[in-house]
Amino acid sequence: MRRVVPVLAILAWRNLWRNYRRTLIMLLAIGLGVWAMIFMAAVMRGMTDEMVRNGLHTLPGEVQIHQRDYRRDPSVVNSMAPPSGALLQALQQPPVVAWAARVRVPAVLASERGSRGVTLLGVDPQAEAPLGSLPQELVAGRFLSGADDRGLVLGASLARRLETGLGKRVVIMSQDPHNNVADRGARVVGIYRARLSGTEERFLYAGRSVVQDMLGMGGAVSEVAASAGDYRHVAAWYPRIAAAAGADLEVVSWTELDPFLDTMLGVQDGFSLVFMVVIFLALSFGLINTLVMAVFERIREIGLMQALGMRPRLILAQILLESLFLLVLGLAAGNLLALLSIVPLESGIDISGVALGMEMMGMGNTLYPVLALRDMLMSTGVVVTLGLLASLLPAWRAARLDPVRALNTT
Amino acid sequence: MSSISCHNLCKTFRQGDEVITALDRVCLDIDEGEFVCLSGPSGSGKTTLLNAVGALDSPDSGAITVGGRRVDNLSRSAQADMRLHHIGFVFQAFNLIPVLSARENVEFVMQVQGVPAARRRQVADQVLAEVGMAGLERRRPAQLSGGQQQRVAVARAIASKPALVLADEPTANLDSSSAAQLMDLFVTLNAERGITFVISTHDARVMAYAGRLIKMRDGMIVADEPQQPRAMGA
Repeated sequence: MRRVVPVLAILAWRNLWRNYRRTLIMLLAIGLGVWAMIFMAAVMRGMTDEMVRNGLHTLPGEVQIHQRDYRRDPSVVNSMAPPSGALLQALQQPPVVAWAARVRVPAVLASERGSRGVTLLGVDPQAEAPLGSLPQELVAGRFLSGADDRGLVLGASLARRLETGLGKRVVIMSQDPHNNVADRGARVVGIYRARLSGTEERFLYAGRSVVQDMLGMGGAVSEVAASAGDYRHVAAWYPRIAAAAGADLEVVSWTELDPFLDTMLGVQDGFSLVFMVVIFLALSFGLINTLVMAVFERIREIGLMQALGMRPRLILAQILLESLFLLVLGLAAGNLLALLSIVPLESGIDISGVALGMEMMGMGNTLYPVLALRDMLMSTGVVVTLGLLASLLPAWRAARLDPVRALNTT
Repeated sequence: MSSISCHNLCKTFRQGDEVITALDRVCLDIDEGEFVCLSGPSGSGKTTLLNAVGALDSPDSGAITVGGRRVDNLSRSAQADMRLHHIGFVFQAFNLIPVLSARENVEFVMQVQGVPAARRRQVADQVLAEVGMAGLERRRPAQLSGGQQQRVAVARAIASKPALVLADEPTANLDSSSAAQLMDLFVTLNAERGITFVISTHDARVMAYAGRLIKMRDGMIVADEPQQPRAMGA
């Protein structure tokens, strides 16, 4: 069989271009189909990625370390000592690229116009910055200068709801370790904008030391967050942190903190595959038609090749090879088209027109399509596998032709 | 030793409600190196007999032996192998693969046989020269005349050195000059290489080249006689 492949390849390639218009139309169809597969997968991947990143920004951190009861009752009572010893050593080693200890407690923020329940984050801005957990965009004022900054930074939506603004004084209230109300007045020094307005309404930033003083918790913190740079690889390194943290602390990855986001990632590939298969099923009718026509036009030629001693399986192989060439050319065109159309859009597509709907899915105003190699490989696998399966019928019919009848076909 | 042996071959076709007898108890022996013409009117069974001998078609009953091997009861793949390795074919028309050049057409059978590329090319050029097609090796069939196409087909038929060449109305689409040249070529190959030729025709000029003339009518052999073949170029 191997010795015959060159002549089969020559026949398949030249036959492909005998009716070049039909071939070009089919190539266009396959190319556009492949492009649609990859483009849609890139958009879906971008959406999922955005949802995960927004989710991580809200958590925040790929791995969090808490006192064991903190997740059940996230109050100041369930705080932990700042990292030390083996845990501190593990956090300072690769693959961890950043970590921060923070106070994170439920609180009430009151302005002269109203009050709202918020999550008060007592942060050290220098430690949080590498984690990417601080607001990306400030619309007014400044961010906290350090852990002892006495100002407050709140979201634009929250400021709007409380009818407060930059420079105004507000009151924060929470509970101290003895379940007494702890409060203090503070001035709004910055207003941030987040991708999700829900984030703006929920998170309030204050200096960590200031919050610790207010709540009377000494040097204790609510949680330690750590990141290794890519949320996808968290499973590989977080057990090491868990081992270093010991039994008294709970170490959880983002996949446990937000199973919905984890599931989203899991079903992403499944959705893409189903979508690709559906697109190709529509395309396969055109492919089968093209091959049936190609076989129909060459019945005498196939009869001649059989008469000369070409076995039926070689006829089958030749038609399949012809189909493979068509599919590979279509794949090349589709992948190139996808590359040319998706790469320029990776800087973001403005979807502010449907921002409200998107926010319900945990997305912001901009969609960032992600051109992933695995999507290109998946589309290639779908197209080649289903394409060859679809080509089996015309190829089998060609192989089963009776040489005498085929030669006498007019 | 017989090159071809047919015993009691029967073959019928159904055309609508009518049953047509294409071969009716045909018995025939052809020796190695013979130059035989099957003649008879259209529908007499010449092509059916040729197809059966060439393992292109199977008879309803009877036995066919080619070069000592039974060919009437082979599987499709075994029939294909038989044709590939032992029989050369020249058909009336549509003899060449349109997308291959003259040389590639000649190489085709050898390539399927697995002959190495260098050897293939050498043999192809040699037989193309032998049939008077030197210099036209790179031309595609559409760029060749009918006579030239038949010569390429002959070159392909003999390239793999088969013991038997079957030709079905090979001159039917040729002018008389090209037909005479083609028949001269057959005679030369028969004489020089000892290839057995079985040619079906209803052209009296072609029959004149044969050393043995078999006449068929209604699926039966009605005459089988040796004859003095016409001299080449006469």
